[in-house]
Amino acid sequence: MSNLPVLDAGTLLEIYKKAALIRYNDMRVIKAMKAGLLMTPYYSPAGQEIIPSALSVNLNDGDTICTIYRGTHDMLAKGFPLGPLWAELAGRITGSCKGKGGTMHLTHPESGCMVTTGVVGSSMPIATGLGWSAKLEGKGHVAVANFGDGAANIGAFHESLNLASLWKLPVIFICQNNRYAEHTSFANSTAVDQLSKRAAGYGMAGVTVNGNDVDEMYGAAKIAVDRARAGEGPTLIEALTFRFNGHLIGDAAGYIPKDEMASAKQNDPFVTLRKRVLVDDAASEEALDAIDADIKARIEEAVKAAFDAEWPDVSELKRDVFAHELA
Amino acid sequence: MTTDTMNNISAVNLALYDALAADSTLLVLGEDVADREEGGVAGATKGLSTAFGDDRVKSTPISEQAIIGTAIGASLRGHRVVAEIMLMNFTTIAMDMIINHAAKLRFMSGGQTHVPIVIRTMTGAGMSNGGQHSDYLEAWFAHTPGIKVVAPSNPTDAYGLLRSAIEDDDPVIFIENLPTYWNSSPFTKEVIPLGQAKVVQEGSDLTIVTYATMVAPAMAAAAALADSGVSVEVVDLRTIAPWDKETVYASVQKTGRALIVHEAVKEFGVGAEIAADLSDHFFGALKAPVRRLGGAFAPVPYSKPLETAFVPSTAGIEAAVRALLTERDI
Ligand SMILES: Cc1ncc(C[n+]2csc(CCOP(=O)(O)OP(=O)(O)O)c2C)c(N)n1
Repeated sequence: MSNLPVLDAGTLLEIYKKAALIRYNDMRVIKAMKAGLLMTPYYSPAGQEIIPSALSVNLNDGDTICTIYRGTHDMLAKGFPLGPLWAELAGRITGSCKGKGGTMHLTHPESGCMVTTGVVGSSMPIATGLGWSAKLEGKGHVAVANFGDGAANIGAFHESLNLASLWKLPVIFICQNNRYAEHTSFANSTAVDQLSKRAAGYGMAGVTVNGNDVDEMYGAAKIAVDRARAGEGPTLIEALTFRFNGHLIGDAAGYIPKDEMASAKQNDPFVTLRKRVLVDDAASEEALDAIDADIKARIEEAVKAAFDAEWPDVSELKRDVFAHELA
Repeated sequence: MTTDTMNNISAVNLALYDALAADSTLLVLGEDVADREEGGVAGATKGLSTAFGDDRVKSTPISEQAIIGTAIGASLRGHRVVAEIMLMNFTTIAMDMIINHAAKLRFMSGGQTHVPIVIRTMTGAGMSNGGQHSDYLEAWFAHTPGIKVVAPSNPTDAYGLLRSAIEDDDPVIFIENLPTYWNSSPFTKEVIPLGQAKVVQEGSDLTIVTYATMVAPAMAAAAALADSGVSVEVVDLRTIAPWDKETVYASVQKTGRALIVHEAVKEFGVGAEIAADLSDHFFGALKAPVRRLGGAFAPVPYSKPLETAFVPSTAGIEAAVRALLTERDI
């Protein structure tokens, strides 16, 4: 891709910080699962760190995101705080959702993380509404819909893209194409070779990028966000990536050819990003080590606080069903 | 404020007009709702986009999932939204958005977000619309924690309940009856709280608990029965979920007998819930078992005599009351 907005050293380092937070957090979740501390389906975003990191450096506080069960990377990148995140994973009352949402339903409106959905494809209609509201408000805020390649085959995809384009809404539809929907490959489920081709069918901008390449991803995201803020409507970004684990932790991913997985891991985008930061002299090795150490310490602090916290009282069962409890 | 008479559709229209005027965050969307599209197939939203602008009253493509999803998203950012799903059968297409998202986001977010939307929809047998355009599906929604279900039976209630539904902080399904849209009756402009039933006919021998289209035949049956000395109390629920137990209990306490009547299929319907609740609450104190009358266990048929036979009739209600009154006192 040519004419891409250029990534400066400061932004590159910001992206690194987000990607490192995502990677080390993911490792810590898996460790907690293996230790038997967390018993829940967990959909690791390992391998997909660059997409939300490079996207969200273009976002601000008034912007909102919707994401899916595989969304901790999206939320951490947007600013979801570690304490309420871990307490929620642990099902504690101190969790962002008081332990009532859990891994697949994380919400934290203060950081713009409005909805996490466990229903494939449902992030799109809701993000469309967030974009509609933002447009009416007229302050240039945008809404992001994260979803997978599998979700692009659900009817809600079509309805949302058509409506958002028709109304010129400030929505970024970002398909994180990790090549698999549960066990089904992209090729075996999708009739086009590039999802971005579908954008033409809705009269909107569409682009396919290497989502693991920080320059491509940052550039495409910046163009899309600028376009949305300028009132020029939505963009469909297909960000090609790969997931380093099965669909969820515990799935051995037997349906992924071994060499495909091996080469993906060899080209680990986080490792590549780290090298890139050093090459660009955006930070020294020692500085990055210090950043990493700080992130890991903050994660440990959040983990400890989460498991030290109280469980929700059973009375919570009937709270938040309605605005006011029913008799 | 009482004006002479109004029809149901004008009451809905007036409620939307007044609500849009009262609350600048309120938005209306749905298929054909703007004036460019003539304000809806039945004209329920006529004049609104002209009065309040195309930004606030917006016609959508035929996209039920996107209509409800968009309403949810906008509400999460501080708007109130009235979303129209043209006919209740088409709510099935948006079920994911309604059941998995609108109803649950407050709970799953631990109260951090909520979805103050009203889903207006119309339905009802009587216009030979056949199986896919006539169903009352209120039980599906009443069975879902997090959603309120409202079904007015007359213009005053349509206005008053819609105003409350819009002001409510939870998602509300607002069911309008299509075949009686153009029926007029005396109209009072007042806001009616959700969750309050109304005794529309006082009586002492038996309570009919009903709502929406079945209020009229229940009243007619009560009038016919009064002629032969039977005193029937009719309770219009108005809000189906949460239903007003206090009013219903007080009535059944007084009469000792209850018949629940709704247009939706009887099996697994709202009547089953109320009957079970009353049987629990009044076990031993009832003079007869609680009974239900509902639509036949069949899709709504097209052919006129069949369609008529599907819906509980005045004569059917009268017969059910008489049967209950001859049950041996227990
Ligand atoms: C509507 C719906 N159908 C099926 C499922 C079960 N399911 C959960 S994740 C998934 C695969 C989705 O793949 P994709 O959209 O590519 O996202 P990814 O997990 O790869 O990030 C399926 C089929 C679901 N959650 N929702």
